[in-house]
Amino acid sequence: MFVNIIRKRSNKVLNVVERGAVRSFVNAIDDVHPIYIDEEVGRRSRYGQNICPPTFPCIFDYGDFSDVHLPNIGLIHGEQTYHYNRPIRIGESIYCWKEVKGYKEKSGKSGTMGFLTIEEIGEDKESNKIFRAEKVIIITESVRRELIK
Amino acid sequence: MSLIVNKKVGDSLRSPLILPPVTRIDLIKYAGASGDFNPIHTIDDEAEKAGLPGVIAHGMWTMGNLAKLFTPYLEEGYIKTYQIRFLGMVFLNDEISLNATVSEKTTEEISFEVVATNQEDIPVLKGLVIFSLNDSKNESSFHEL
Repeated sequence: MFVNIIRKRSNKVLNVVERGAVRSFVNAIDDVHPIYIDEEVGRRSRYGQNICPPTFPCIFDYGDFSDVHLPNIGLIHGEQTYHYNRPIRIGESIYCWKEVKGYKEKSGKSGTMGFLTIEEIGEDKESNKIFRAEKVIIITESVRRELIK
Repeated sequence: MSLIVNKKVGDSLRSPLILPPVTRIDLIKYAGASGDFNPIHTIDDEAEKAGLPGVIAHGMWTMGNLAKLFTPYLEEGYIKTYQIRFLGMVFLNDEISLNATVSEKTTEEISFEVVATNQEDIPVLKGLVIFSLNDSKNESSFHEL
């Protein structure tokens, strides 16, 4: 299963990095540093603007795969990677999409598990890549059986 | 506070940062801020239905928390790579310690082994942070990631 969806891409979605969203995110991880929220500190920083913490792109909308349906329950987040060309700045517009990079199955004592790798990209208006994320989602035997039905 | 650029291979970024015991409110706040409303992170019944002894923290909550070890150094550079493998579940009342140790260093970047462990010293996530000392204002240096 899933082999036919490899290389499938979502539509591109514009995400604007909102100051309030960043504030609530850094509050939730108790990382309330002036570089993220104080305008004056942001302006004077090497970035010329407030920036976002590295895991912030998890809130972005990456569009939808037209015909790939995953349940949002019963999946295990196995791995997560972010690669940055530069930090994300508050207020900027980022175009995001995702692509299915791979799927493999491994058999073990708890049955056959699926490993789905999804890449998420964010780029600026000029199509320069700002970041690339990759997540590995583990699909357990019981969820896999439900999906095959 | 000492500069990150002065850290040597084997040095820790700081003494381990121990988070206060995980509360349900922590996870509700993170669900709201991140948009991940999977109920196994907030509602006991749903966690039990999924075969868990109770609600578990979002992996991204722990990963997000770990990154704050690096926040005080953002005037020297930024996190270029942040790679994590989730190893174990984090439950309510767990006390998570966050640690980063220099594993490699060049003039351009410093690599750290990072780990979050629970109160029983069991790793719940592990991975790598590459901290870039380059001037990120130079955006002509865009490369394929």
